[in-house]
Amino acid sequence: MVAIIDYGVGNLFSLLCSFSAIGEKAVATADPAVIKNADRIILPGVGAFSDAAKKLRESGTYELIIDEAQSGKPLLGICLGMQLLFEKSYEYGEHGGLGLIKGSVMPISEFIPEGLKIPHIGWNGLIFKKETPIFKYINNGDHVYFVHSYHACECDGATTAVTEYGGYLTASVQDKNVFGTQFHPEKSGDTGLKILKAFTEI
Amino acid sequence: MITKRIIPCLDVRNGQVVKGVNFEGLKNVASPVELAEYYSAAGADELVFYDITASAEGRSLFTDVLKEAASKVFIPLTVGGAINSVSDFDRVLKCGADKVSVNSGAIKDPSLIPAAAKLYGDQCVVLSVDVKRVDGKFTVFAKGGRENTGMDAIEWIKRGVANGAGEIVVNSIDTDGVKNGFDLEMLSAVCDAVSVPVIASGGAGGYDDFITLFKALPKVDAGLAASVFHFGEVNIKQLKQKMKDNGIEVRL
Repeated sequence: MVAIIDYGVGNLFSLLCSFSAIGEKAVATADPAVIKNADRIILPGVGAFSDAAKKLRESGTYELIIDEAQSGKPLLGICLGMQLLFEKSYEYGEHGGLGLIKGSVMPISEFIPEGLKIPHIGWNGLIFKKETPIFKYINNGDHVYFVHSYHACECDGATTAVTEYGGYLTASVQDKNVFGTQFHPEKSGDTGLKILKAFTEI
Repeated sequence: MITKRIIPCLDVRNGQVVKGVNFEGLKNVASPVELAEYYSAAGADELVFYDITASAEGRSLFTDVLKEAASKVFIPLTVGGAINSVSDFDRVLKCGADKVSVNSGAIKDPSLIPAAAKLYGDQCVVLSVDVKRVDGKFTVFAKGGRENTGMDAIEWIKRGVANGAGEIVVNSIDTDGVKNGFDLEMLSAVCDAVSVPVIASGGAGGYDDFITLFKALPKVDAGLAASVFHFGEVNIKQLKQKMKDNGIEVRL
């Protein structure tokens, strides 16, 4: 069973549907007992980093996610949920994250030439950098759906794929059992479902 | 590099697609869910569901349709039509919409865009504008293009973006239904005015119109159409292959 952390950020309807489409049981929850009992954890998120970090703390799941990840349970952060895995973010000030992956989150405007539109919205190709189990059913170059204005940096060791948008943006990361995708697998068609499927097989 | 998006638009009234046609393999031409699945499999990058229902019963049918589509189609879904308040945003987002498109609702209440952007983020708010030339000036029309607001379209779009609209759909009333190509002059003026994604709508009649659009205006992010897709005049799979053959970045 997959526990999708429900901490009041974004709506989880599509994520729940995408697990049901691949035949995997998933629940949206903030209940510590359910999260502890789950085989895997998804940390979703949209919106602003500091607001989401605050809500995650208020939901009472912040420490629990860290404990569960450190105990070896597979954890996948999606979009802002991936950014929360890092040590800190520079979105409107400096804010601390879960610190499960080394690195920080910076505005993409500092990495791409002027004149390109921000947010980076739409379908873009994955450029694989390192082997990762969640990509076992997809191919280098496959397109996935992005919506973001910030991305993870100084995380070279953990970067498993980048995408090209005037410069290279971090698309996915992994440190042991902790995974992150900047894109939305639940909105990336068959490619996205294959990534979620692979995650459920870890 | 980011790909150009092809977006079919489904008009839904009382739970049924308004302009349905027979596609091979499609059992119920009026079923928005079946049509959504068909387009998604053909390579549509995104879908727009437009609610043209007038009654409350129809509205609840629409949200049922949306829920079912979102449980079967895993590409971004935008919902428009009858969006007049933040609670309308909430209603459709809970049923699986990723983005919400506002048009007349934002004209009636200009505080709608900033209020929704603050709650759900700029990426969630799409400003859709029906534009027609009046005395040579791009002018905003409301209520499905029936009412001249007298507002300058470029100013209205700039204000919408400043208030938090994350994407703009430009529907040219002058080219809509003419099937002679998108309104390149109007789209170019909008692209020069704003730095958020611009989606072209109105005028697609065939494959070449999309190629011309993206070749002539590389700043346009997406092409939206309804009848050319519904009537099978343009097949999305073939369209995207043709775009690729013409050097346009697409997701195949």
